[in-house]
Amino acid sequence: MSDMNYITSYCKIESGKVVLNNEEVFRGGENVAEADFMKSVYKHFKTDYPKFYKMDNLCKLAFIASELLLKTNNITEKYNRDRIAIVISNSASSLDIDTEHQSTISDKDNFFPSPAVFVYTLPNILIGEIAIRNSIKGENSLFIFENFNPEFMENYHNILLNLKTTDACISGYVDFYEHKYKAFLYTVEKTPGVLAIEHTTENLNQLFNK
Amino acid sequence: MKSDTYIAAMNVISPLGFTSEENFGQLKQMKTGVLVHDDPQLYFEPVCAALIDSDRLRSEFKKLNTDISYTRLEQLMILSIESVIKQNPKIDVKSERTLLVISTTKGNIDLLEPANLKKFDKDRKMIWKTADMIATHFKNPNTPLVVSNACISGVLAIILGKRMLDSSQYDSIIVSGVDILTNFVVSGFESFKAVSKEVCKPYDASRDGISLGEGCGTMVLTNDKSLLNDDSVIVVKGGSSSNDANHISGPSRTGDGLLLAISNTLEEAGIPASEIDYISGHGTATLFNDEMESLAMADAHLSDVPLNSLKSYFGHTLGAAGIIESIMAIHSMKENTLIGTYNYKEPGVTKPLNVITKTTSAEIVNCLKTAAGFGGCNAAVLFQKQ
Amino acid sequence: MNELELIDKLKEEIIQTLNLEDLKKEDIDTDAPLFGAGLGLDSIDALELIVLLEKNHGIKVSNPQEGKAIFKSIRTMAEYIQSKSPIKNP
Repeated sequence: MSDMNYITSYCKIESGKVVLNNEEVFRGGENVAEADFMKSVYKHFKTDYPKFYKMDNLCKLAFIASELLLKTNNITEKYNRDRIAIVISNSASSLDIDTEHQSTISDKDNFFPSPAVFVYTLPNILIGEIAIRNSIKGENSLFIFENFNPEFMENYHNILLNLKTTDACISGYVDFYEHKYKAFLYTVEKTPGVLAIEHTTENLNQLFNK
Repeated sequence: MKSDTYIAAMNVISPLGFTSEENFGQLKQMKTGVLVHDDPQLYFEPVCAALIDSDRLRSEFKKLNTDISYTRLEQLMILSIESVIKQNPKIDVKSERTLLVISTTKGNIDLLEPANLKKFDKDRKMIWKTADMIATHFKNPNTPLVVSNACISGVLAIILGKRMLDSSQYDSIIVSGVDILTNFVVSGFESFKAVSKEVCKPYDASRDGISLGEGCGTMVLTNDKSLLNDDSVIVVKGGSSSNDANHISGPSRTGDGLLLAISNTLEEAGIPASEIDYISGHGTATLFNDEMESLAMADAHLSDVPLNSLKSYFGHTLGAAGIIESIMAIHSMKENTLIGTYNYKEPGVTKPLNVITKTTSAEIVNCLKTAAGFGGCNAAVLFQKQ
Repeated sequence: MNELELIDKLKEEIIQTLNLEDLKKEDIDTDAPLFGAGLGLDSIDALELIVLLEKNHGIKVSNPQEGKAIFKSIRTMAEYIQSKSPIKNP
């Protein structure tokens, strides 16, 4: 049994740029607000999913990255969707929307907590959004580390993809806080695929930082 | 290499007590920690919830004699981990072969209130920073693994702990789950019209919402039997998570997500549904969650197995719930004592469940613990007595 | 405010509050069902409409079950608001 797993596609969104499998596919204008940038990506790739507008910033970011990622590969066709896992980490949890919920309750005379805001005050909702959009029902975990943790990701995928329940993963890092954002999502399979990048700490570091 | 994962120590801090024995003692007498609290800091109206007595927390924490200032949440977790280390001195928390797995949904959420943040560094709002403070306090050299997966966080943390042990990098894993109850959480669930005016009534016909709670639960996992200091051996046989892929807040209308987590768990454990003796359910006492569980249990052929929910004792403690409830289930296994579901009176789900109504003796070998949460997530874990 | 003005206002409020970005006021049929097939709203939207009634119209709905009848369509919402409105014909 080979322990090697492979990154078979990836999508990176940061600083107004969208990179898909080593190729820049979209660049937003200079000084565009984050929310407008994400909307322009959504529109540019002709996504049709009105629920997008209801999502908080963190979920919007995760959603557009997952849409692009899953356009470039066929894992949702290739595998039983009960056997695809989603494993994502971030740094600021859901603090972006937490702050918004807090603002709706801090003034006793203007106390209107919003259910549509509160529901996003859990970071794993972003996994739910990707799962719903793609009918993916496998293992799901949302981890929080100060920084992206490639050592853990390599190790955990070796465990996860050796379980009888899991054939492939949608994995990565999605963070949105204080106007800074970064999404790095990738698919992991047991076979090399077109991209054929070994799922190692070193390769993850390189893809994440380059 | 997979081997059996044992439970080497446990602690629960809740309104019902500061040790797991103290908590279980209260459950056996069917005493609830959920009461009406009329505290404008918590909510503008009186709210039914399970809150830890702040005076007791302060005095217990003072005994540790630390000069660093910790948040309420950090104090709970430090006390809980101190307790398991004291219980089992063979666990070396300072070793690089020991990993902390931390489960929380909201971390230091009280620091979003400006008056509270003043006392701490801005970073303390970050959950990774809390984890870092805990690891530093115990001089543990590893970066803690933090899982924040809504209401399945606690069960998932136990599953992850087992998986990390199976990777052979660690000798022991300290799994600790915590959440505190603040205005943030209460007003959010109130806006969902999800909070009952009374102590919640899991699985009951007249259930009308959750009761919230706060607490911390810690268990130590190890694959090394020589680290146990107890004759009654409890093993984590398997565990799995899943997603409904249906709705971000509403439970599945079919229960198929939870069913998937249960089936995968039983398969990993190699135990058929017919050998399950007891189920510690999620039982939040919302109309749709409890209904969903009944459907999943029916499809998993588990409808006849004695089942309870402890939410009417501890409230819903979010990221701590899965761990606190698992620890209570383990006490049930060790003492062969099933705990009645407080406030349950009449069946109220479509597919009948065998809800335990009072404290009863029963031989328990295999116990299934389930959980479900926002984001459509589900999890199950199986404990076995050997 | 007469009923027509109120209906117009409600459509704007709903588009904004529920982030129905691709919709315009003209796209919403006053008598069409808001939930299910109609605008495709869900349970969170229903709760959000309860907040909208309280925040923008000063009407408190304590039992979410009541919402079903109130939020059938824009027209039933408008009628409900008018029946509860503390200031009639200012």
